[in-house]
Amino acid sequence: MIPSIPQSRFVTTAYTAYVVLFFIFLALPLIVVAAFAFNDSQFPSLPWEGFTWNWFFGSERPMIGAFHERSILRAIGTSVFVAFCVSALSMVVGLSNAFLFNRYKFRGQSILYVFMLLPLVIPGIVLGISILVASSRLANGLWDGFQWDVEALRPGLWLVILGQFSFITTIATLVIGARLQKFDKTLEEAALNLGAGRLTAIRTVTLPYLAPAMIGAFVVAFLMSFENFNTTLMLVGSDAPLTIAMFDRLKEGSTPLLNAVSLLLMLGSSLLALVMIAFQKKG
Amino acid sequence: MTPDLQCTNLTKKFGETTAVDNVSFSVPAGSFFSILGPSGCGKTTIMRMIAGFLEPSSGDIQIKGNSVLNVPPNKRHVNMVFQHLALFPMMNIADNIGYGLRRAGMHKKDIGFKVDEALERIGLPGIGHRRVDELSGGQKQRVAIARCMVLEPDVLLLDEPLGALDLKLREHMKVELKTLQAAFDTTFVYITHDQSEALVMSDNIAVMNAGRFEQVGSAQDLYYRPDTAFVAGFVGDSNRWSGKVVKQDGNNTLVQTTSGLTLRGATQGRSLSQGDTVDAFVRPEAIRIAHNAEDLASFDNQISGTVTSILFNGAASRVMVRDTEGHEEVAVNLPQSGEFANLTKGAPVHIGWASDQANCFSAGAS
Amino acid sequence: MHREAKLGLILLLTPFLLWLSLLIVIPHIDLLLVSLRERVGVGQYEISLGNYFTFFTEPLYMVTFLRTAVMSIFATILTLLIGFPVAYYIAKMAKGRAQSALFLLCLVPFWVSELVRTFGWMILLRETGIISNLLQSVGLASGPVEMLYNDAAIMVGLVYTSMLFMVVPLITTLESLSDEVVEAGYDLGGNGFSVLREIIIPHAMPGIVSGSIVVFMLCLGNYLTPTMLGGKESLWFTELIYSQFIVRFNWELGAAFGFLLLILSSVIVWGMLRLTGQSLEKTMG
Repeated sequence: MIPSIPQSRFVTTAYTAYVVLFFIFLALPLIVVAAFAFNDSQFPSLPWEGFTWNWFFGSERPMIGAFHERSILRAIGTSVFVAFCVSALSMVVGLSNAFLFNRYKFRGQSILYVFMLLPLVIPGIVLGISILVASSRLANGLWDGFQWDVEALRPGLWLVILGQFSFITTIATLVIGARLQKFDKTLEEAALNLGAGRLTAIRTVTLPYLAPAMIGAFVVAFLMSFENFNTTLMLVGSDAPLTIAMFDRLKEGSTPLLNAVSLLLMLGSSLLALVMIAFQKKG
Repeated sequence: MTPDLQCTNLTKKFGETTAVDNVSFSVPAGSFFSILGPSGCGKTTIMRMIAGFLEPSSGDIQIKGNSVLNVPPNKRHVNMVFQHLALFPMMNIADNIGYGLRRAGMHKKDIGFKVDEALERIGLPGIGHRRVDELSGGQKQRVAIARCMVLEPDVLLLDEPLGALDLKLREHMKVELKTLQAAFDTTFVYITHDQSEALVMSDNIAVMNAGRFEQVGSAQDLYYRPDTAFVAGFVGDSNRWSGKVVKQDGNNTLVQTTSGLTLRGATQGRSLSQGDTVDAFVRPEAIRIAHNAEDLASFDNQISGTVTSILFNGAASRVMVRDTEGHEEVAVNLPQSGEFANLTKGAPVHIGWASDQANCFSAGAS
Repeated sequence: MHREAKLGLILLLTPFLLWLSLLIVIPHIDLLLVSLRERVGVGQYEISLGNYFTFFTEPLYMVTFLRTAVMSIFATILTLLIGFPVAYYIAKMAKGRAQSALFLLCLVPFWVSELVRTFGWMILLRETGIISNLLQSVGLASGPVEMLYNDAAIMVGLVYTSMLFMVVPLITTLESLSDEVVEAGYDLGGNGFSVLREIIIPHAMPGIVSGSIVVFMLCLGNYLTPTMLGGKESLWFTELIYSQFIVRFNWELGAAFGFLLLILSSVIVWGMLRLTGQSLEKTMG
C-alpha cells in the first residue's frame, strides 16, 4: 500500500474517503465551537438566531462579551502568569537536564533517566494530589513546629506552578535533548581549538544551535500549562486559571460567551504554534 | 527459443518529461544483461516497470513470452534486489529468505529445507537465526540475492546493489555476482552507472542516455566499436576533441580541432563530409609513447611534445603531454615495461596513434 | 579538566535532583504514607491498611476502578485502530507539501484546550445539539435525541482527545519505513494483508507501544471528558479521587485511590512494555 503498488480504484477511493472523514471528525467540534461564538442567542445551540459580535465586544447584560467580562479577563491573566513561570522554569531545568544526560556519563545515569521520564506515565491527577498532600504536610509541620504560616504551600497559584512544572520539565528535557543529541560535537571542539574556553564555546556555539529547541520547549510548555486541567484542578486556590474558570461556568450551563473565549484561545494557540514553526524552520 | 524478457516500444512519461522513450530489447534465457547509464537516464524507471511498480505509458513487457502488463508485482515471476537491499529488519535471516516461500504457501518443513539449501549455496550456512544488522555488507548482498533466488524467478532484477559497498568489496562482489548468476543459471538484468561493473559481469550491455538506448552489445563492442559519441565518451576513458572535417576520403577523415591540432581519424562507416563539425575520441591506451620519433614511424598520427604532468597510479599510470605548438593536452597511458619509469615533468616525448583508433562522430548527433 | 568536569556534573545534577526529589519522589512517598493512615480521633492517626480495605469492600469503588481500566483499554484500542490508517496515509501515501499539511492539520485540534474540545462535543451531542437537530430535520428522529451522558459519548471524547498522541508517534515510526522494504514485500509475492502483518506492523511496533501507553495513561487519568460527556453516572475513578479530596475532605481514602490508580497504570504500562519487548527509554525518550 504505497503509491507504487497498483491498487484497485475502489480501494484507493475508499481509503481517501476514510482519511477525509477522519479530518472532518477532527475539525467538527472546533468548527462548531467557533461558529456559535457568533450566534445571537443565549445558548450555543440551534436554532441560529443571526450573526453578532456581542459575545466578544458586548458590554450590556445579558450579552457581556469576552472583552468586558472581568472574571474571564482575570482568569486569562492568571493563566498567562502561571504559564510564563512554568515555561521559564521548565526551559531552564530542561536545558540543564539535557546537558546532564547527553554530555556526562555517571553511575546510575540510566536509572535516573528512567526517573526523569516517570512524570509522563503518572496520571496528572495523581501528580496533583501528591503535591497537594506533600505541601500541606510540610505547611502543617512548619506551623506545628515554628508557628510559621507559609501561604505558598496552601492550594493556590504557587502550587499550580509547581505541579505543572513537575511534569512539563520532562517534556522540555526531551525536546531540548533531542536537538542536543543531533549536535555535532566537533563544532564545539573547533571553537575550543580556535581559542574559546569551555563555557564560551557552549555559549557561542552550542546554545545558539539549541535556540530553536529552547524556544520550541518554551512554547510547548506554555501551551501545555495554559490548557492543563487535571493537575491544576487539584491544586487551585481562589485565583482560578482560565481552564478551571471556564469549567466552573460550563457546569452551570453555557452561554456563547464560552464559545467566544474558546475561539480566542484557538486563535492564540495557533498563533503561538505558528511562531514556533517559524523558529523551527529557521533553525 | 523465447527470450526470458522482452520489452517492446516501452515508453514512460511523467507529465511532460519522457523518462523512457520507445525502448525495445530482449534478454535471452540464462544471460546477464546490464543497462548502463548516468543517473537520471531512465534505467531505474525501466526496472521498476519490469518489476511492476510503475505502469508503462505505452509498449509491452513480456516475461517468457507472456505480457505482464496487467499482472501486479506480487504475481510476476520477476524478483528484485533493491538498491539498499531492503532486507526486512524485523525478521532474522532465515525468515527473510523464507518470506517469499511463505507467501507461496509452502509447507513449513520444506521452507526450512529450502532456506538451508540457499544459505549453503551462497556460502553462509548456519546464519539463519542471525539478525539482519549483524551481517556485513557483502553477506547482506548475498542474502538479498538468495531471498529472491529461492523463488526461482524467471528474471532477477538488480538495481545498483553494489553502490553502497566500499571499493574493495565491490571489486570482489562483481566476480561473485557473476559466479552466482552462473550457479543459479537465471537471467539477470542489472542496472548500474558504473561501467566497470557492467563490463566485467555482462553478456550484453545496453548503454542508455536520456531515455533511449544508445547501443546494445557486448562489452567489447561498446569499448572498441562504439556506435555513438555518447558511448565512446561514456564507456572507458578517452581524449575527446571537437573540430571540423578538413578532408574526407572513404573511411579516413582529416580533422582540425578547434585549438588547431590536425589529426587523422576514422569514421567506421558513418557518413561525414568536409566542413562537418565532429567529435574525435582517442583512448589513452591506444596512444604509443616513445623517446624517439623513429619508433612511431608506423603511425599516421605523430606528435612531439613535452610531459606536463605525471599521474602515477600503478598499472593505470598516465602522463599528460602537450604538443610543441601548444594546441592540446593529450592523456597517454604509460606502458608497463618500466621503460618510462624515470620520465619527469618537462621531458620531451613523442606520441603517435593509428588513425583507425581515432573515432570520429558527427557533432550534435548526441 | 577532570575537576572542571566534576564541578559541571554537580552543577547540572543539583537542579535535576531537586526537581526529581521535591516534586516527584517525596510527594509520592507522602501520598503513600497518608494513604496508609487512619484517623482514629481529632488529629490522631494510626498506621493501617484500612483505606485499602475500604476500597476492596465497597463494590462501587471496585466497579468504578475496573470500569475505568476496561474503558481506557478499549479507548486505547479504538484510537489505535482509527488512527493507524490515517498515520499510514500521512507517512507513506501522501508526499511533499500534502504530507506536511496533513500532519499540521492533525496537530491543530491539540493546540486548543481539552476543555474547548469537550465543549465542542457537548454542543454536537446534546439534546438541543447539532446532531440531534440534523437527525430531526432529515426525519430520522421524531423528537430531540440525547446523545450525551452515556458511555458512547465518553468513548468519542476520549478517542478524540487522545488521537494526537497516537498518530504522531505512529507517523514518526512509519516514516522511517523505506518504500523499498514495502516493495520488496510485494515483489516477493506478499499481498496487502501479509505485508501489513509481517512488515508494516512489526516495523511500527515502537510507535504503537509508545502511542498506546500515552493514550492509555491519558484516558485513565482523564477527569474532564468523563465528567462533561458522561454526566453524573459516568463513574470514572478520577472523579472518586476528586470527591474524596475536595468534596468529602477524606484525604486518606483519596490518597489510597490515587495510589491504586498509579499502580494500575504502572502495571499496565509495564506489562505492555514487557509484552512487546520495548523499554521506557526507547519508547518515550
